[in-house]
Formats: sequence, C-alpha cells, structure tokens
Amino acid sequence: MGRIKVPRKSTSVDMTAMCDVAFLLLTFFILTATSRQPDPLDIKTPSSSVQFKVPDKDLAILSIGKGKVFIEIIGQDVKKLTLQKMATLYSTSFTEDEAKRFGVISSFGVPFGNLKQFINLNGDDRAKFEAKLNGIPTDSTTNGELYRWIEQSRRATAELHNTEMRISIKGDSKEEYPTIRKIVDVLQKQQVNKFSLITSAEAAAK
Amino acid sequence: MAELNTGGDGGKGGKVRSKKQSTRVDLTAMVDLAFLLITFFMLTTSLSKPLAMDIAKPDKDVKDLNKLELKASQTMTILLGKNDKIAWYMGEAGKSTPTIEGFNDIRASLLKNKQEVKDKMGKDIIIVVKPTDASTYENFVNIMDELNITKTNINAPAIDDDPKHLMDSEKEAMKTGGIL
Repeated sequence: MGRIKVPRKSTSVDMTAMCDVAFLLLTFFILTATSRQPDPLDIKTPSSSVQFKVPDKDLAILSIGKGKVFIEIIGQDVKKLTLQKMATLYSTSFTEDEAKRFGVISSFGVPFGNLKQFINLNGDDRAKFEAKLNGIPTDSTTNGELYRWIEQSRRATAELHNTEMRISIKGDSKEEYPTIRKIVDVLQKQQVNKFSLITSAEAAAK
Repeated sequence: MAELNTGGDGGKGGKVRSKKQSTRVDLTAMVDLAFLLITFFMLTTSLSKPLAMDIAKPDKDVKDLNKLELKASQTMTILLGKNDKIAWYMGEAGKSTPTIEGFNDIRASLLKNKQEVKDKMGKDIIIVVKPTDASTYENFVNIMDELNITKTNINAPAIDDDPKHLMDSEKEAMKTGGIL
C-alpha cells in the first residue's frame, strides 16, 4: 500500500472580503465619530487618572484660559430659558429668532451688553468678536455677570429638569491659580461647593 | 500575485503570444492599511473623551457648627509653588522645615507619611492643600490626582486657597526654596 499523497494547497488567501469589512468598519467609525466643537479658547486640559466621564446633560462648563472665562450651558431648552431669565434681569428682550440662534451657540464669552450683537453675527465673525472682548465679566459681587449666568442657568435647570445643575471647570493647564480662585469664589458665593474639574485621560501610568 | 516572468523561451520562432494577465490583485497591503487606520481612529477617539474630577470645597459661610478637632501631627500640609514644585510639612507650621520636591517624588512622600500616621496614631492622614498664587491650574489638578491615587483622601482633603491663610513661616520657607 502506498502512502496517501496530501495535495499541497496554495497559501494565498482571498483578501477581498477582509478588505471590504475593514473599509466598512473604517467608514463607520469615521462617520459616527462626533466632530469636536472648535473651542474659542485654546484650552489644553491637564491630565489625570480619574475615570468618571463628564455627563452630557444638566451641565454648565466654564472654560478658563488666558484670563478669560467662557460659559457653555448644555441643552437648548435650558439655554433658552436662561437667556429669557437674564433678559428679564437686565430688562431687555430677545426676539424668538435671536433665542433660537442663541440655542445653538455652544460656548460664548461676551459681556451681556454685547450679547445681542454677538448672536446676530455669523460663525467666523463671532470668533473674531469674542477675541476682541475679555470674556464674561467675573467680578465676584452678586451683580457680577458670571454670577448671574450661573445662578439663572441653575434656576432654569431646576425648573425644566427638576435636578441640580452640575458645574464643571475646564481650565487650561498653564492658567495661573488666582484666575481659577476667582471663578471658584463666584461659585462658592452661591453655595456651590461641589463642582468638577474637566481633565483628559492620562496616557500611561507615570 | 506579483511575480516575475523570467522563463525565456528563446529559440522557438513564431508568433509572440501575449500572455493573459491574471486579474487578481494582492489585497494584503490594502487590508493592512485599513486595519491600521481603524486601530488609529478607535484609540484616538477614546482618548479624547473628557473626564470629570469631583472637587468639594469647605463651605465659606458656615461659621462654627461641628468643627472637628484634629491633631496637628496628623495633618500634612502641601503648598504648591511655582515651577511645578511642592513644599510639604507634617504637623504645625513653622515647627519643621518643609521639604521641597517635584511632582515625581510627591507620591512616595504621601505614601510614607500616610503609613507613618497610621502606625503612630492609628488614624488616617489629613491633607491640607494650599495652592499659592504662583502655582498653575495643572499643579492643582495633579496634586488632587495624586491624593486620589495614593488614597490619602479618605478624610476629605481640605483645599485652602485664601492667600490670607498662607502663614508667614510658610511663605518664608517657600521663598528660601525659591518657589514663591
């Protein structure tokens, strides 16, 4: 009896299917990835080892960089109500259209007096306009604009969603501490003793 | 597949027949590239997600109420200075010279002091963080992170950033160390 001969098979595999799958996945990831909102302030957050993700609602983010403060209120409904409340406080009014435009602005940093003008500008001009101004005025009195923005957005969140709004501070790593302290003082003045700091994930263990 | 056609059949005259080329293309390189890109995108997207570190500060307005008496020897005060330097000391201000070090060594010091306090008094260490005007925001975040890593925050760390609370002896020590 002779040995059974095993026929030698070719080692080359058909890659077409694999290639299809790979590119399908690639396309999927690129399309689903949310493009990051351009930050008006160029902020590089410090890194940390915490693992708690930033919630995506009932939140206000205070961006601090180059001594300026910007505020971002998450949620269109809260944002609109806050604007309404602020308008009543400063006895001005905004049209329905302006409120709608304000609803889609992510973060802004202009004094309240310039807000109307700011809303009516378009994308690129807005950034230029903001660059000329010094962010939201931060005097720590109860009449300070930052104080009022935070207070009114907290009220608006409580009214609409029945929860306490969280406040996050997103500071630039190289920002000097006194600037941060000024903002924290504003928060503490309205009994906000708990807040979170936004950090990026640490790449590797030190 | 990529292969060289070397077989020369010289000699036999006649018509030169053009060989039928195979339509199969080697896709290996293309697949490699695609997977490389996928990996790249997946890694970068998960890294850019922001994280939130919770900070609680002591209430400013509450005057008295349940103030907890603490032993000075149980506390470690950390002063944040400029050029990413830290000065720390145990116990009361002015009684011992603060140690000045960088952020790379602070973890070891934290762990050592934590263990010492635990051995001596059977209690958990209490940390007081004093960011001075010379420090940056990154320093503050880093130190809070270190406390978190070394688990020295069992008793909530006290953050005291009022420049008026910075004692003269502390200022002196930091000036000598050249970090204020």
